[in-house]
Amino acid sequence: MAVQNARDVYTRRLEGVSIWVVESKYIHASNPDEAEAFFDPAADKVYRHPTFYEVPDSIKHM
Amino acid sequence: METLEQVLTPEEQFQAHIDADIRIEPKDWMPDAYRKTLIRQISQHAHSELVGMLPEGNWITRAPSLKRKAILLAKVQDEAGHGLYLYSAAETLGTSRDQMLADLHSGKAKYSSIFNYPTLSWADMGCVGWLVDGAAILNQVPLCRTSYGPYARAMVRVCKEESFHQRQGFEIMQTLCEGAPAQKEMAQEALNRWWWPTLMMFGPKDADSPNTEQSMKWRIKRFTNDELRQKFVDMMVPQAEFLGLTVPDEKVKWNEARQAYDFGEVDWNEFWAVVKGNGLCNHERLQARVQAHEEGAWVREAALAHAAKRKERAAVTA
Amino acid sequence: MSATLPETLAGIVPAAPNLLFPFVLQLADTSLILAHRLSEWCGHGPVLEQDLALANIALDLLGEARSYYQYAAELEGQGRTEDDLAYLRSAVEYRNPLLVEQPNGDFAHTVVRQFLFDNFHYHLLQALKESADAQLAAIAEKSLKEAAYHLKWSSEWVIRLGDGTAESRQRLDKAIAALWRFAGELTTPTTTETCLQRLGLVPDYAALLPAMEAHVAHVLGEATVPVPEAVFAQQGGKMGRHSEHLGYLLAELQYMQRSYPGLTW
Repeated sequence: MAVQNARDVYTRRLEGVSIWVVESKYIHASNPDEAEAFFDPAADKVYRHPTFYEVPDSIKHM
Repeated sequence: METLEQVLTPEEQFQAHIDADIRIEPKDWMPDAYRKTLIRQISQHAHSELVGMLPEGNWITRAPSLKRKAILLAKVQDEAGHGLYLYSAAETLGTSRDQMLADLHSGKAKYSSIFNYPTLSWADMGCVGWLVDGAAILNQVPLCRTSYGPYARAMVRVCKEESFHQRQGFEIMQTLCEGAPAQKEMAQEALNRWWWPTLMMFGPKDADSPNTEQSMKWRIKRFTNDELRQKFVDMMVPQAEFLGLTVPDEKVKWNEARQAYDFGEVDWNEFWAVVKGNGLCNHERLQARVQAHEEGAWVREAALAHAAKRKERAAVTA
Repeated sequence: MSATLPETLAGIVPAAPNLLFPFVLQLADTSLILAHRLSEWCGHGPVLEQDLALANIALDLLGEARSYYQYAAELEGQGRTEDDLAYLRSAVEYRNPLLVEQPNGDFAHTVVRQFLFDNFHYHLLQALKESADAQLAAIAEKSLKEAAYHLKWSSEWVIRLGDGTAESRQRLDKAIAALWRFAGELTTPTTTETCLQRLGLVPDYAALLPAMEAHVAHVLGEATVPVPEAVFAQQGGKMGRHSEHLGYLLAELQYMQRSYPGLTW
């Protein structure tokens, strides 16, 4: 479950290619076979990036 | 030759680190008061993200277009994510999420008062993004350089992600202001309600903020409340003008000598009333959190019980 | 799959775009309504991590719905937009199956509803990505990656709740009893779907069933829950005959567009 939780919180903006959850001496990594299901869905969420929004040139500090 | 350690007390060494802008890390020695203040500040911040989901969550199901619905849902979801980063940062100081949530639910821990105001129209989604997130960003950007390492690193990520929040809010306002008269009215009405509460987000006046000095010395705060409030007004008045909206304060006026806007006095009675729990939504917001937590108890227990069973079975087969 | 029209149908089916339109709309409505339901959890989930997970699934489905609506609008060719289709049709015009409009209930109800839907959705998309219709195939291919994750999420929760505590098991049983009757509609083709299946544009649902049933058996097995006996399958949503729940959902969903007609937001 930790791997899925980490995917949901840390890869909302395409930042992820692999997740490593370390539990003291154990290491669980996301399965590379599932990389598409884990990481591709962030690709079309362009509205998460500030550049998706046009701000008029005269507006400063945004 | 004597080392620093021999000459300076731990407190002095600690302050020397801070003065040199060296980050304090979880295992470093730190004064108890520093630890306590930070736990209070970070958990308050985390609680604000959590409770802050509610006023905007109130409009996800009523968003006026599919695009706005997606943006709003993504934004509120980001707040859940920021809550998680911050709870994790606070945990490095020796507290637990359970403890922090218990303090929130009992009313012992505070969250930002701004979320005790209701969201009454779609334009409120514009105002929350444009003004409230705008104010939050002013508070948060300096925290990327705060003295406690895990907090500073969490804030770098939060600020990066928040940059779209304010823009989408401004875009909502701009669309309303360029739209039909009913839309522009909606925008002005929302600004009238949100302007003053947003100014209150920076906290009491410096003269009434006894912790500011110590917090500045520890570099867990880098500007005073009044400094940030002034900065905010200077930023926002021109933006409101651009939108063709009127800030609901007759005293707002450019002061050539100060190179800043003069503005009126916040209603501090209202500020303290909301802080003390008498805002319109204090009760509902806390109730919503308590209810979600209590109704989720059996789900969390099931997840733990199942994990334990799996572990046991793995041990048997191993 | 072949796109040639069987002779028996040649005289009775309208041209493919007209036939495809209601089907694509059905897919759009289905994803939108479920996304809307899931978004109601936002801020109220059982634990913060699951607030994030539920919102992620909702966002995926909302994105998928938008792709379908845009395609449906194009197929229709009447100048309607994705928002016109989502916000300006009444409940009887909505084509989602009954399952997805059912209220969230407790977390177990949400999980079971999701599991039944994901199991169908995943297998549907896998076949749909081979559709003779290129646009549908493209949307399916993209959505499949998301659906795979959703199915993993809901399957694991069914297992956790079934093989968790006595209370979680009891709640899961109740949710299964309440929602299983809505699963059958997903794989029962409407006349439109039958026509499209014969045209090779939509997969044969009967062919999806073995894999779907095997997955249910596997997950319920892990959850230590017996596979429910066949129940009477409630039908109607895909033909516009809905449960009472949809009216309230649409009243909320469409509130702004109905109150302020014709404006841009």
